[in-house]
Amino acid sequence: MSIDLIIGLTKAFLVLGLLLTNTILLIWLERKLVAGMQSRVGPDRAGPFGILQTVADAVKLLLKEQILPLKADRAMYLLAPILALVPSFLIFMIIPLGPSFDIVLQGENVTVDLVGANINVGVLFFLAISSLAVYSVVLAGWSSGSKYPLLGGVRASAQMISYEAAMGLALVPVILYSGSMSMQDIVQSQSGFLSSPIPILNSIVSFIPKWNIFPQFVAFAIFFIASVAEVNRAPFDLVEAEQELVGGFHTEYSGFRFAMFFLAEYINMFNMCAITATFFLGGWLGPTFSNILPPIISAFMPAVWLGVKTFSLLFIYVWIRATLPRLRYDQLMELGWKRLIPISLVWLILSSIVLGVREFGLPWS
Amino acid sequence: MLEIFLFAVPAGLVILGALIVIFAKNPVHNSMGLVLTLSSLAIIYITLNATFVAMVQMLVYAGAVMTLFLFVIMMIGVDKPEQSKEEIKGQTLLVSGTLLILIGIISYVIISSGFKWDLYFSPVEYSLEGTPDLIASTLFTEWILPFEIISILLIVATTAAIALAYDTKTRKHK
Repeated sequence: MSIDLIIGLTKAFLVLGLLLTNTILLIWLERKLVAGMQSRVGPDRAGPFGILQTVADAVKLLLKEQILPLKADRAMYLLAPILALVPSFLIFMIIPLGPSFDIVLQGENVTVDLVGANINVGVLFFLAISSLAVYSVVLAGWSSGSKYPLLGGVRASAQMISYEAAMGLALVPVILYSGSMSMQDIVQSQSGFLSSPIPILNSIVSFIPKWNIFPQFVAFAIFFIASVAEVNRAPFDLVEAEQELVGGFHTEYSGFRFAMFFLAEYINMFNMCAITATFFLGGWLGPTFSNILPPIISAFMPAVWLGVKTFSLLFIYVWIRATLPRLRYDQLMELGWKRLIPISLVWLILSSIVLGVREFGLPWS
Repeated sequence: MLEIFLFAVPAGLVILGALIVIFAKNPVHNSMGLVLTLSSLAIIYITLNATFVAMVQMLVYAGAVMTLFLFVIMMIGVDKPEQSKEEIKGQTLLVSGTLLILIGIISYVIISSGFKWDLYFSPVEYSLEGTPDLIASTLFTEWILPFEIISILLIVATTAAIALAYDTKTRKHK
């Protein structure tokens, strides 16, 4: 076996393990946070602070009977949960967790990128794979052979297609600003501090890190709203609005297959926050304290910084869920098509003008 | 060894998907077969170092076009199986005749050009071909006029679609 293959397989297994254990933590964290915001206690029986509650739930779901509805389309019904999980694992492969480092393997010096796959079209990969996530929802809704899942599936596909457009358009100014479509390069382009040609302004902004969120705050707002809608979270969770649709597209799923949808939903949420952190909050950039901490710990600091940024965004997701009421369906469509997409187009034109002037000077000078 | 594996598996999936498209009775199964074909084709593009083309293939065809197909199929209902009666007389004969001619032309081109079944080529030579920089610099210098004309064409088509769908009568009552 070649060394590249070994490294690739190691990365794949690490990502699998990381995402699965992380989801357990994430579900517990969300339940605890929402409970706190609603003045409840939340899960507190299994393990310390109820942290093992998700494990107990998972075991319960695994042992449950799996029901195949009579009118279900068998092949598609079984395919849908798998199609939900695969894109969510694939997206994490392009998120850079830190700078590349050298190790000695089988007597050879090997440079290991701390990213699943450092491809030069990472942004497009993210958009392409996240557009595949629609299939699982649509197929699950249709193949169940039941009314509520079908309605949930149709709603979901319309919503995801609408917000995908806004999300893609919000990323274009970021790509222009960073000058690359590779995720690792986008992170690198955000290192350093802001600067300004005006001396007084320069002394104020030179403390602020050069993250994309500061010059691209409009793009960040659009991307954040669209990403909440893309992962079907409150206040855009019309896909599974309990009061109207029972459970949405996964109403007819039970046992392990339901758990797969649940898992995919939380992994998608985590991915989306990590991607937002990478695009707008500087990804793994941050002080490594290499002069204070021992080298083995400071080597892990980039991943820690990415984790801190990701979990801060996840906290905002949960906060939004506990705060805002659900949008009506026509409001959702109006927000997507009549607000977010035009604003992102205008922002794209404005940022290209600014970049053009910075690059080539004013057209009349 | 790895090269053959990376080619044979996606190629087999392309053929499998194409067969599903032709032989499955249910339109949803057909469209999922097409998704399989398009995504496996994207994997083959990646192995040929054309990552940009592969991503656009996934984004546009597998992501957007097929989702809309599936959406439309679900909306108009899939309960009726597709009818297999021939509407045009002699359809089968015509199609098979055309197919034979096509195969003849392709095999003539293959034989006359001295084509070799060579799967192995050094990836260094081709390493730049699929990069977005190269595609963009060609598209926006050499092919800028066709590019702009296509964008006008698409805007015209979009405007026409909106004009057709916009019902002035029902709009007035609101």
